[in-house]
Amino acid sequence: MDGPFLNVAWYALVGALLAGYAVLDGFDLGVGALHLLARRDTERRVFLNAIGPFWDGNQVWLVTGGGALFAAFPDVYATVFSGFYTAFILLLFMLIFRGVSIHVRSLRPGPRWRTAWDVAFSGSSVLGSFIIGVAMGNLAWGVPVAADFSYRGNLLHQLHPYALLTGFTVVALFMMHGAIFLVMKTDGELNARVRGWVRPTIIAFVLMYVLQTMATLLYLPRLAEPFRAHPWLFLAPLASLLAIANIPREMHRGRELAAFLSSSAAILLLLLILGLGMFPDLVHGNGPSGTSLTCFNASSSPLTLRTMMILALIGMPLVVGYTFHIYRVFRGKVKLDAMSY
Amino acid sequence: MDLVLLSRLQFAITIGFHYLYPPLSIGLGVALVVMEAMYLKTRQPRYRELSQFWVRIFGLIFAFGVGTGIVMEFEFGTNWARYSRFVGDIFGGPLAAEGIFAFFLESGFLAVLLFGWDRVGPRMHFFATVMVCLGAHFSAVWIVVANSWMQTPTAYRLVETAQGTRAEITSFWGMVMNPSSLDRLAHTIMGCWQAGAFFVVSVGAWYLLRDRHHFVARTSIGVGLAIGMVASLGQLASGHGSAVTVAEHQPAKLAAFEGIYETGANADLTILGWVDEKNRTVHGIRVPGLLSVLIGGSRDTVVKGLNDIPVGDRPPVQATFQLYHLMVAIGMTLIALSWVGGLLAWRGVLYRSRTLLWVMVFAVLLPQMANQLGWAAAEIGRQPWIVYGLMRTAEAVSPTVAPGQVLLSLILFTVIYLALFVVFFVLLDQKIKQGPHAADPHDDAGHGEVA
Ligand code: HDD
Ligand code: HEM
Ligand code: HEM
Repeated sequence: MDGPFLNVAWYALVGALLAGYAVLDGFDLGVGALHLLARRDTERRVFLNAIGPFWDGNQVWLVTGGGALFAAFPDVYATVFSGFYTAFILLLFMLIFRGVSIHVRSLRPGPRWRTAWDVAFSGSSVLGSFIIGVAMGNLAWGVPVAADFSYRGNLLHQLHPYALLTGFTVVALFMMHGAIFLVMKTDGELNARVRGWVRPTIIAFVLMYVLQTMATLLYLPRLAEPFRAHPWLFLAPLASLLAIANIPREMHRGRELAAFLSSSAAILLLLLILGLGMFPDLVHGNGPSGTSLTCFNASSSPLTLRTMMILALIGMPLVVGYTFHIYRVFRGKVKLDAMSY
Repeated sequence: MDLVLLSRLQFAITIGFHYLYPPLSIGLGVALVVMEAMYLKTRQPRYRELSQFWVRIFGLIFAFGVGTGIVMEFEFGTNWARYSRFVGDIFGGPLAAEGIFAFFLESGFLAVLLFGWDRVGPRMHFFATVMVCLGAHFSAVWIVVANSWMQTPTAYRLVETAQGTRAEITSFWGMVMNPSSLDRLAHTIMGCWQAGAFFVVSVGAWYLLRDRHHFVARTSIGVGLAIGMVASLGQLASGHGSAVTVAEHQPAKLAAFEGIYETGANADLTILGWVDEKNRTVHGIRVPGLLSVLIGGSRDTVVKGLNDIPVGDRPPVQATFQLYHLMVAIGMTLIALSWVGGLLAWRGVLYRSRTLLWVMVFAVLLPQMANQLGWAAAEIGRQPWIVYGLMRTAEAVSPTVAPGQVLLSLILFTVIYLALFVVFFVLLDQKIKQGPHAADPHDDAGHGEVA
């Protein structure tokens, strides 16, 4: 286990951590985006408690993804976070507000208190998802990088139409994902209403997805290059289409878990497609220097890549194991009790 | 304004706020393990009630710890990009390991801890408590290892790359077991235990003063003082160990801690003093020769003074000296408080003396202060280096970030953190006043009491 193979493995592992984040935190960010649609206090509490046992652990995928990026590709960590300084600080504020508002919202009875935190929770969920999407859009589009790997753009560069489009796509995707999750977690009259939200969110997402794909093929033919070179890679986009098409089908049959797994698969496949298209770039440079940060030129030393890979191979199966167990413990419909949020 | 100064201020403020919470969750975690073990052994409902009360408070503390912690994870990239490029090969590893081995464990089992009371049996719940406590300790392990490597770098070599020089690791375990890791880890964890211990003691003492919740109060005081008795002595021992390591590996820092200007044997230990930086001397109460004895076991041990350290390599002396001395003074006070308190509690005297109980109520502030002071002393004493002897703090910032951007984020962090701290404090106060038999806060009957 050495040489370029390790660099590729780390490209995949960092991608997997971030994809894990998107699938898992994706649904609780989506629930946040839908939160204000719930009218009564108990309904909002049901929403919060639906994600209650999970959101914190879900967020750790992002934290660990960040740590893994730092360990394996320190230059990427440095370039991206200092380059997108303002956007990331804003994202951090959103994550702080989200965590705190989920926890404190129901600790006091006053309607003003609760509404204020409801708005903070929902707003931070939407804006957080949007910033994540914009950042992804920028990485796909390419950013100006100097030969010393430093970022040479500014905030305005980061707000171009393609990036904004990606931001909206991600918000729509997470709302769809969150709505399906809520169908699994609610019952009675609320369940019937939540069910009604699934279709519009699917339509919104599919619309954004089509736009996004067209824009990508039109303006970023480079991302389609690997697929033309290796036609068997087309299996991934094909599978993603099937996964998306399967969501309404499963909803229609009343198999919510299957629908949720389909939308999870769709998210994973979309990120896989992005990863394949960008490979080996982590940050595509479109500046005059012609420099990009790839998994080969921006990586840590082979010794670090190897040691950390061993640690990850020991640790991640454990993580996946007990995460799975905890999701099982908390399966089923939400029931409010004295320890609930 | 100056980018370096702004970045340092922002780092200090964000980590300082973050570090209000981890000591409480680490220390309270230990107390929770003890309390739930009591429940498991006796199976009496009142122990379950006790545990549930502290778990609710734990959840609140944890939420704020997580929120402020996420900022830390990314701040090396946002504000210290040059540093991140220079040390990423070494420093990124422990940070990633912290995620994989600590944060997942903590946050996963926290769900069972908070919401699992009716979903899993008492044994499984206890197991979850142990895992959360263990996870919190693991996070301290990895982050302190990372920080210790910055203090006493080992097992690295400098390598030229196309983008400049960087440090690369030569042995992972060599990096983990750098000279200061073990002492500093023990010391940090003992500091956390004391924070948790005095926190439960403080709440217990307050209940007794109000003549409420006697069982919860006495049990909490007992558990807290027992942990405090162990931890306060452990603090002294590990602090001593740290000082010896500092003397060997960071002589400028030790000289600033102790206000030593002249290199020589038979160095004095100053108990309390004021540094006269202009005349290069310290006024105060001193014990002749004691520093040499503590560092090397004999009066002949030579201690290096600041005069022999280039001016550009000296930390700010007065600040480092005072922060350090305050920490040690608090450490001694806590030893006295926990042992005298423990003895009197055992005799039953403590529970009847209102004066002593009031002392215990306010003692909670001491470990919190000492934790902040200790970090500040260790970090300021390391200046002007960010990686001791290898990289200066001034060279470490993000060159592409404008000072205005940092100024803005610094102001926002300060305002938001202050506001959040008020929210935290109000809610904590409310939870404590509600007490263990809190009516369900969502139950309308409980409103009068809550509002
Ligand atoms: C893993 C690394 C790490 C860890 C665990 C800590 N620090 Fe630190 N600290 C740094 C890494 C660092 C740093 C990145 O290296 C800074 C930023 C600038 C500097 O000189 O060091 C720093 C600076 C810094 C300063 C400003 C010193 C100065 O600029 O003169 C203070 C007051 C603290 N820290 C306080 C703390 C506290 C209260 C901590 C408790 C958790 C803490 N540090 C943990
Ligand atoms: C610069 C240094 C630090 C960084 C980068 C950092 C990073 C983080 C992050 C990202 C989290 C949130 C994890 C989650 O989502 O669950 C966190 C929480 C936590 N951190 Fe830190 N941290 C730092 C300093 C410390 C230190 C020195 C300690 C202990 C000695 C510590 C102990 C903890 C604990 C116990 C938590 C869990 C939350 C809580 O218990 O309040 N951290 N930290
Ligand atoms: C009892 C007497 C004490 C002594 C002799 C002592 C000694 C030391 C020394 C020498 C350091 C610097 C280590 C370094 O820079 O590498 C240190 C740091 C520190 N101290 Fe203490 N200390 C004492 C009490 C306390 C108390 C009571 C607390 C908190 C409850 C505390 C919390 C800390 C913390 C958090 C640090 C920074 C982390 C570290 O560097 O280990 N100390 N202490």
